[in-house]
Amino acid sequence: MNPRVPTAPVLDISDLSVVYRTPGGDVRAVSDVSLALHAGEVVGLAGESGSGKSTLAYAACRLLRAPALITGGRVIYSGRRAAASADVLQLSGHELQQLRWREIAIVFQSAMNALNPVLNVRDQITDVIHAHLRMSRKDAVEKAGSLLDLVGIPRSRLRSYPHELSGGMRQRVMIAMALATDPEIVIMDEPTTALDVVVQRDILSQIVELQEQLGFAILFITHDLSLLLELADQIAVMYAGQLMEAGTAAEIQHRPAHPYTRGLLSSFPSLHGPRRDLAGIPGTPPDLRHPPAGCPFLPRCGYGTDACRTVDMRLERVAGPAGLEHLTACPFVHPETPAQPPVAGAEQELRA
Amino acid sequence: MSGELAMEAVSISKDFRLGRGAVVHAVRSVSLALYRGAVVSLVGESGSGKSTVARLLAGQERPTSGEIRLDGKPVDPSSRGSFRRYKSEVQLVFQDPFSSLNPVHTVRHHLERPVRLHQGHKSRDEVARDVDALLQQVRLIPADQFTGKYPHELSGGQRQRVSFARALAAKPAVLLADEPVSMLDVSIRLEMLSLLDDLRRRFQLALLYITHDIASARYFADEVLVMYAGQIVERGPAEELTQHPAHPYTQLLVASAPDPDNLGGGLRSPRRHGSGAGAAAADQGCPFNPKCPFAVGRCREEAPALLPVSATRAAACWRLDVAAPELLAGGEAGGG
Repeated sequence: MNPRVPTAPVLDISDLSVVYRTPGGDVRAVSDVSLALHAGEVVGLAGESGSGKSTLAYAACRLLRAPALITGGRVIYSGRRAAASADVLQLSGHELQQLRWREIAIVFQSAMNALNPVLNVRDQITDVIHAHLRMSRKDAVEKAGSLLDLVGIPRSRLRSYPHELSGGMRQRVMIAMALATDPEIVIMDEPTTALDVVVQRDILSQIVELQEQLGFAILFITHDLSLLLELADQIAVMYAGQLMEAGTAAEIQHRPAHPYTRGLLSSFPSLHGPRRDLAGIPGTPPDLRHPPAGCPFLPRCGYGTDACRTVDMRLERVAGPAGLEHLTACPFVHPETPAQPPVAGAEQELRA
Repeated sequence: MSGELAMEAVSISKDFRLGRGAVVHAVRSVSLALYRGAVVSLVGESGSGKSTVARLLAGQERPTSGEIRLDGKPVDPSSRGSFRRYKSEVQLVFQDPFSSLNPVHTVRHHLERPVRLHQGHKSRDEVARDVDALLQQVRLIPADQFTGKYPHELSGGQRQRVSFARALAAKPAVLLADEPVSMLDVSIRLEMLSLLDDLRRRFQLALLYITHDIASARYFADEVLVMYAGQIVERGPAEELTQHPAHPYTQLLVASAPDPDNLGGGLRSPRRHGSGAGAAAADQGCPFNPKCPFAVGRCREEAPALLPVSATRAAACWRLDVAAPELLAGGEAGGG
């Protein structure tokens, strides 16, 4: 990990809130989340399905459509190419068009659905180039070829259609497309979840290599915290639309404070080293139409007390080495608190 | 192995014809034995043929050659009565709980049908009682809250529990679980695996756990079979095999598993096996030779057979002396 120089972040999300307007009431998908992404940094956003992690990322690019509604917050973008910082949430349609892909690109989870099945790889990539950069057709095709070189796909594949590519290759094409405009930020939404481990590993090391070479910042979204421990500089853990904990990868791994983070950490079997006791996290997340008062994790928490029903979930600094930013939303459990077994699962399942 | 032999596949193969004379050898001479109360894990990547093995064992496909035996008797699909009994003895759970349940039917419907089909004539009350018991077995409690629900009203984990319950409804001896947790969140995978483990113990199920995640096989399985390009390339006791993999492909699988104790190190160091993109399994010689760091001339010409490496282990590799010298030194060498 390279030491971070304290500079202004390229993307500064503060107090962002998003609701989904449904007939059954508002679903509070993201509540007052703040997150900063610095130039050249890999920030991991971890959480279960429905925790709001993708909604947060899409909201930051204004990619959400009704019934989703951004109800508050600011998303300040200040890239190298931008003349001045701007609040993404206030941009006009034309300004947004210049921001998306040119400055912030996204790699979606399901490459099969994100690629156009009737265009070959060359046309998909040149399409992006023509939409965002001034370039002759010949140059664009050459650029498409060099992008494939970058992600390790032979140029002969320019003429292939998505169905002729393996899952790993499709995901590489998606990454190549995201990098076509030399963006400042790449948001990766579960880019390797549908792939098996060997291919996943290959793609992750490719991402790391490209990131070191080209220097873009990554917001990496996944439900698999074990990936982030290896990949990310900073990790933010989200649950039920709120940030539970944020800190450097090493802090999160070795000094996890929040019970939810602890649960995630004991959820994956390790192949190397001694066999550990694995607990996982029994139960399911709360219904965000009727969020519980106090801590949303309480029904599944092994550390819970009555005080948790009224607790203020604001992030507080964790006491530790100076200069290390480590925040947690749980005021009761600290890195030094001894581990507790999780609560038994069966009954909890029903609170959903 | 704990219990008696429930099911056995003896050198089964499956070819798929693609037209114009092209043939895919999806499964090549695979042998395995499932014992009551024990877990065998079949590990491999997409396209390795592991799901085809499950479909062959479940009787959904007929093997091109080889024999499948249940309780020592060869399976005979032409005899309707015995094939039906076979179908209830051997149950399959699929990977995707979002598409394996019918969206227009309730949980009750999904469970009543197999109870009626496989357990003969029962009164309505008896069927309802059975459905309740099944839901309790998979810890969907209280059962009456779930019977009327449709799949879209359930979480991924709850849906997969319904799939387990549906498989149990036939009172099977053998459960084939094809990637039962890989579509679920990491945080609930363990809970689902421990539920499977619990069911295995309670009903003395012979369990085949198919996965691409060799780390979960370490924790969950008694025996691990590693499959590549339709063949078993290595087999052995789970802990032993994952800690000291012999076959270069198993070594690659183990090296690819996330290693949280080695922060960033694995991803940022140069890749030992180079980029796997594009390198397909070879038709001639050892199928793994294009990606194998130890491959020599012989590997490109002759396919190695699965031979014992030690008392408990077997591997199909010509180059074990280089790939896993310590194993050969420890056990009796058999790779001649």
